[in-house]
Amino acid sequence: MSVDLEQFKEMFYEECTENLEGMESGLLALSEGGTDLEVVNTIFRSAHSIKGGSATFGFTSVAGFTHVMEGLLDEMREGKREAEARIVDILLESVDVLRAMLGAHQAGEEPDDERANILKKQLEDIRDGGTSSAATTSVSDTESEANSGLQGWNIIFAPHEDLLQTGNDPALMIRELQTLGALTVVLDDERLPHLDALDAELAYLQWHMTLKATDDGTVASQEDIEEIFEWVEDECDLTLEAIEEKRKAPDRRAEDRRQDDRRQGSRRSAESGAKKSTQAAASIRVGTERIDAMMDLVGELVITQSMLSQLGEDFEMSRMERLRDGLNALERNSRDLQESMMRMRMQPVSFAFNRFPRMVHDVSQKLAKQIRLEMVGEDTEMDKTVMEKLNDPLVHLVRNSMDHGLEPPEERKEAGKDSEGYVRLRAFYQGGSIVVEISDDGRGLSRDKILGKAVEKGLVSEKDAELWTDDQVFNLLFEAGFSTADKLSDLSGRGVGLDVVRRNIESLGGRVEVASTLGKGSSFSIRLPLTLAVLDGQLFRLSGQTYVLPLISIIESLQMQKELISGVGTKAEVYRLRDQYIPIIRPSECMGLHDEDASLDGALLIVVEWDNRHVGLVVDELLAQQQVVIKSLETNYKKVQGISGATILGDGTVSLIIDLAGLFELSGLMNDRAFRVAA
Amino acid sequence: MESIDITKTENQYLTFILDEEEFGVDILSVQELRGWEHATPMPNTPDWIEGVINLRGVIVPIVSLRKRFGIEHREPCPTTVVIIVKVVSGEKERVLGIVVDNVSEVYNIKESDLQPAPNMEGAISVDFVRGLATIEEKMVILLDINKLINEGVLQEVHESSVDAA
Repeated sequence: MSVDLEQFKEMFYEECTENLEGMESGLLALSEGGTDLEVVNTIFRSAHSIKGGSATFGFTSVAGFTHVMEGLLDEMREGKREAEARIVDILLESVDVLRAMLGAHQAGEEPDDERANILKKQLEDIRDGGTSSAATTSVSDTESEANSGLQGWNIIFAPHEDLLQTGNDPALMIRELQTLGALTVVLDDERLPHLDALDAELAYLQWHMTLKATDDGTVASQEDIEEIFEWVEDECDLTLEAIEEKRKAPDRRAEDRRQDDRRQGSRRSAESGAKKSTQAAASIRVGTERIDAMMDLVGELVITQSMLSQLGEDFEMSRMERLRDGLNALERNSRDLQESMMRMRMQPVSFAFNRFPRMVHDVSQKLAKQIRLEMVGEDTEMDKTVMEKLNDPLVHLVRNSMDHGLEPPEERKEAGKDSEGYVRLRAFYQGGSIVVEISDDGRGLSRDKILGKAVEKGLVSEKDAELWTDDQVFNLLFEAGFSTADKLSDLSGRGVGLDVVRRNIESLGGRVEVASTLGKGSSFSIRLPLTLAVLDGQLFRLSGQTYVLPLISIIESLQMQKELISGVGTKAEVYRLRDQYIPIIRPSECMGLHDEDASLDGALLIVVEWDNRHVGLVVDELLAQQQVVIKSLETNYKKVQGISGATILGDGTVSLIIDLAGLFELSGLMNDRAFRVAA
Repeated sequence: MESIDITKTENQYLTFILDEEEFGVDILSVQELRGWEHATPMPNTPDWIEGVINLRGVIVPIVSLRKRFGIEHREPCPTTVVIIVKVVSGEKERVLGIVVDNVSEVYNIKESDLQPAPNMEGAISVDFVRGLATIEEKMVILLDINKLINEGVLQEVHESSVDAA
């Protein structure tokens, strides 16, 4: 009888993700010094569960690797070993490797064991007391193929006894090796038995060979050598060891390599992470108390329903009162139920924040800056879908803060600041939205630098530039291809950046804002709707139909006065609103609806903000504001320009939700640069 | 004419009337029939998209076959019917409604009795026709509803999804 383990795998991966996160945060706590037994215990338990699980599913390489980690952690747990920074670093790296291996398994690929083996060896070395860092260096370098200091190879070729029976001849292989360079061969005949016990058909001999560079200085690559032994790889033990040139500062090199490895590792795990999110069946963990609460609500609903149906069986007008009560109860029940359903999708924002301690730890080392990460309001909850899409923009903004915002320690001291800078992540509710704020106490944004760049790019003339407010200037950062970084760094500043962040946030129905004081620091706030499935909407009537506009984008509504309307050119009209001119869009025209009354005098104008521009929409009538449940048009039809979705109103009719970006595109406003500056 | 024994080569078709012409669709693709109800018009869509309706909480687009086939428009009347069809589109199923004058019959038609459609003038492309059948001296045009919806109505969806991929 076989048990289908497949169904448990998803659960296992999910648990692993949690365990890895637990290990990571534990290790980071350890890296701050001291061996806190409780923390070590937590890490140990996490490693142990991963080991157990992976062994069950037959991921032997993962299990083997975790076993070694666990051994080391066990020693720490028993107080036999201190949590030195070096060990913690290696363990952190191991977490990366584990994550990559598990990611590969989840994606149905064979994990790349090479890095795991190197790390495993390092871990074993530490455990066995072979702790010199020179030893670990040579190990990690041996595995490297593209090594400039390569002098040659030590090769141990040990055929299995049955090698000869398959028709292979070691002599031929050694002869072939000779063509690759200067070869020294030493015969090891230790296994050769006494003559009367010798079986002529078995291979007893081993060879220790040293392959040096050829006369012209080229050294054979590992592949070249392995190719020769390709036919017998299953019938022999082949050990290849690179011979290295002695370097002046081996430790330094090792450090660099480690960094490289780590970078590669994190990239690799980021890739597998991305893959994972598309492949894995979306699931969500919900606390039992929420399920219980929902259960209660459903119970109440059933009671209300049975009450109503009883009432309906023999209804008379005298029972009107009870019917009304029942309907009220039904309304309350269904609203509570909807709310509790929404709450199921909510998760604390700490899920998104958790990756940052590690990132800040790594990046601050790399940049040689002292950075403290502060997190506030991790318990703030937000929709799972929103959070998933928020991850990349957050990483981007935090990296920006660390890379461009915060100064190196010396510069900070000169400016009279504490040498340690901070990056603060803060999440809180405001009205119907959630705000995530990324702030730092770094050098702040330089107005002059940004404007200089804008003038250079022709986004603004030098004369206009002086009139711009700081807000307008900082918002230039979100223009495509606008990067003020003086030099490109590995972390940020490749010109794709903040514009992508803004696009991502806006696609979620949110907004990004910047505030900054030169020399004091800057802060980016991301404002997002609490959930994607429900929208606070303003209903309005247009050409006899009811439409919905997201409330978050509305600034104000007003009745237009004739004298404030002016025409620009033949078609475009603008309205003077206090001290600014805002373009007027007639949605009925953009959407091809027939419009009877073309006069704008006295018509209603909804002023909306999108992409930092103010635009007025002419509508026929303003209706109620209400929460609407968003339904996709693409389920059964396709995307319609100017419409982001539909909703079902209380009377059962369908109402369309306006997509401002699409509407502006239709109106031809998108490419209007003059307007952009005017706004 | 109607035979009862169902063999593999025989399919059931639901037929409906459009401007005195009888059309048929494979009954397996029909989900339900509904009386005509007002649909919410959708801007920026071809004029043969009447709009969308709320079908038990799902937003379903409604296609006017008269307009799609370029037949003179007629105001809906009590016999106007919306046939809700399920079509396979790409990797998923879509549900759409098609507006017809009225529903007529269900026929069993043998695959071998189908005649290829001649080249027809106008908007009813031969591509959308599975074949012609003669029933009681009448001609019934059997539509390939999957093709009609996918190529005749949703075409751009495929183009855009190819772009996305």
